[in-house]
Order: sequence, then structure tokens, then C-alpha cells
Amino acid sequence: MEQDIQTWISVAAYSGAGIAMGCGAIGAAIGEGYTAAQANYAISRNPGASGDIVKSMLVGQAIAESASIFALVVAMILLFTNFSTESYVTVSVVLSAGLCMGLGAIGSGIGSGFPAGAACIGMSRQPGTSARLTTNMLIGSAVCQTPSIFALVTSFILLFTNFSDRPLSPTWAAIIGAGLASGLGAIGSGVGGGLVAETSCEGTARNPEMAAPVTNIMLLGQAVTQTTAIYGLLISFILMFKTFPASDSLAPSMALLGAGLCMGIGAIGPGIGEGLTARSAVQWVSRNPKSIPELTRSMLVGQAVAESTGIYALVIALILIFVM
Amino acid sequence: MAIEGADIIKAAAFLGAGLSMGLGAIGPGVGEGMAAAKACEAIGRNPQEAGLLTRTMLVGQAVSESTGIYSLVVALLLLFVV
Repeated sequence: MEQDIQTWISVAAYSGAGIAMGCGAIGAAIGEGYTAAQANYAISRNPGASGDIVKSMLVGQAIAESASIFALVVAMILLFTNFSTESYVTVSVVLSAGLCMGLGAIGSGIGSGFPAGAACIGMSRQPGTSARLTTNMLIGSAVCQTPSIFALVTSFILLFTNFSDRPLSPTWAAIIGAGLASGLGAIGSGVGGGLVAETSCEGTARNPEMAAPVTNIMLLGQAVTQTTAIYGLLISFILMFKTFPASDSLAPSMALLGAGLCMGIGAIGPGIGEGLTARSAVQWVSRNPKSIPELTRSMLVGQAVAESTGIYALVIALILIFVM
Repeated sequence: MAIEGADIIKAAAFLGAGLSMGLGAIGPGVGEGMAAAKACEAIGRNPQEAGLLTRTMLVGQAVSESTGIYSLVVALLLLFVV
């Protein structure tokens, strides 16, 4: 039984589309379910505000949905595009694009559910603040979506760049590594950014006069939380755009695949941890505005220490790419 | 393309180094974040004790960091020694 390149590319494209949409559905569904649960709770507390609460639930769910819509777009491209059949590298390209977008949508989907849920609860407590709460929720959820946009960018670069002229080994491993670095790296930052935005919505409702500093500290905390996703994006760009010399042995391929896995998985923990830190700091900014300087300082110091393991992962990934 | 034993061992060492540091970074990252979160909470409740709380936070995080450093050491051993 003979299989040609076209067969393998179709196998990889269809598997990639399945992985993209299957994994891509996890996060958004959890996030939207959480939002709906919080909205129900909020309406039971204050049925009079149900109009505002339902509106903000739907807006929040629409934002959480965007990550899985990215996955749907990538899956559709994988299903209905005729990819170049010049080289077996295309097999790994289409598989990697699917993996990248599927994994990359998990974190942002879950994360965006948290601020939307907190905004619904906040509206039931303080119906007067619904405009401020919606603004704050939109800013927070938008930042949550950035890791999934990084994954989308990586998938699109993979799909629309011609890698056929590169040597099959080790390029196939670099391509899969690039998808994993961006995709897995987006999980932690997406969830972490959502945790920060959750208490920021809660704080805005609790203490509406403090809305401006609460939003500022939220953005600062989220910015630090995003750094590990940016490391993942950096490693995947290096893996995609650096041309690696052809090699018959297995070791160079595994070094590049290992680099992608290392940075992708290594970014999950620090992203979630830094999100937890900023979550508590933002919560107490609204409760105790006098101690904003101390809170900001300890948040940044704590996040810096939590970042260290992400930096170790970056260092090992760079050694695997450039030294080995 | 003939793959020799030494090549497979090297390939496994590279992949192992990546997995070691990648998986090893999850626990310390989340754990240190939790420690810092509780420190922020405590400073919010009792800002006068910020110095003591930050010190305790850093000591706790340093201990929690140790497993991340073990992963780093194992990854470097796999890359440069084994």
C-alpha cells in the first residue's frame, strides 16, 4: 500500500483541525458556564437588576467565546485549504498549527469567564456602577484574550509561510516545537489574567470611587502575568524563522522539540501563580486604598520570584536551540 | 538514514531536559504565586507589618523555588554532563 505526501498532509490537517476545535472548545465552555452560574446567583440576590446582569453576562460570554472562534477559523482553514505537497515538512506545519490554536484557546476562554462572572455579582450588589463595571470587565477580558491572539498569530504564520525549502530534519521538530511553545504558553497567562480581572471587577463594585487605581493595578498585574506567554511567542518565532542546518541524526530534532515543550509547559505555572498574586493585591487595593504602595511593591516582588522558574525554562529552551 | 544508539541517547537527553525544566516550572510558579497572594492579603489587612510579611514571603518562596532549581540542575546535567 503506497501513501504519498498528499495522504499524510490530509491526515495531519484533519487531525490538526480536530485537535484545534476539540481543545479550543474546552476553555470557552468552562468560562461561559462560570459566567452564567455567577449571573444566576446575582439575579437571585437582586432580581430587579436582572436586565443589566443578563446584558453583561452575554457581553462577557461573547468575549470568552472569541478564543474558540479563533480555533474554529483555524480548523476551517485546515479542512478546506489545499496545502503545498512539495515536502513532508507541510505535514508537521498543519499539525502544529492545529495544536497551537487548540491549546492556546484554553487559557483565555477560562480566564475571560472570571471577570464576567464578577461583573454580574457586582451589578447585583451595586446596580448603580454597572457602566463602570462593564468598562472594567471589557478591559480585563480583552487583556485575557491576548495569549490566544498570540496563538492565532503563530498558527497563521505557520499556515501561510512556505517552509517547503527547509530540510525535513530537523525543521519538522522546530515547527511542532513552535506550535507547542505558543499554544501551551498561552494557557497560564490566559487563566492568570482572568484571575486578576475578577477581583478588579469585584473591587470596582465594592468601592466605586477606587475604580481608577483598581483598574491601573489590574493592568500592571496582568502585564506581568502576560510575560510568560510572550516568552512562549518569542521561542516559537525563533523556531519558525531560524533556518536549522540539515541533519541525519535525531538529536538536533529532539533539542528543538524539547525547547518548544520546555518553554510551553514552563510558562503555565508562573502565569497562573502571578495571576493569583495580582488577584489578591487588586482585591486589597479596593478594600484598603491607603496601602496601595505597599501592596503594589509586594505584588511586584512576589510576581518577580514566581517568574523565576519561567525564566529558567526560557534559558533551557535557548540553550537547546542555540548551544546544542 | 541510520540512527545509532549514541544519537538516540543524546536525543532522549535533550527531550528529557526540556520536559524536566518545563514540568518542573509548573509547581514553583503556582506555589510562589500563592505565597505572594497571601502576603498581599496580609499586607492589605495589616500594612504596618509589611516588612515582616515581605521577609516571610520571600523565605517561603525561596523554599518553594528549590524544586524549580532541582529541575534546572537536572536539565543542565542532561544537557552538558550526561
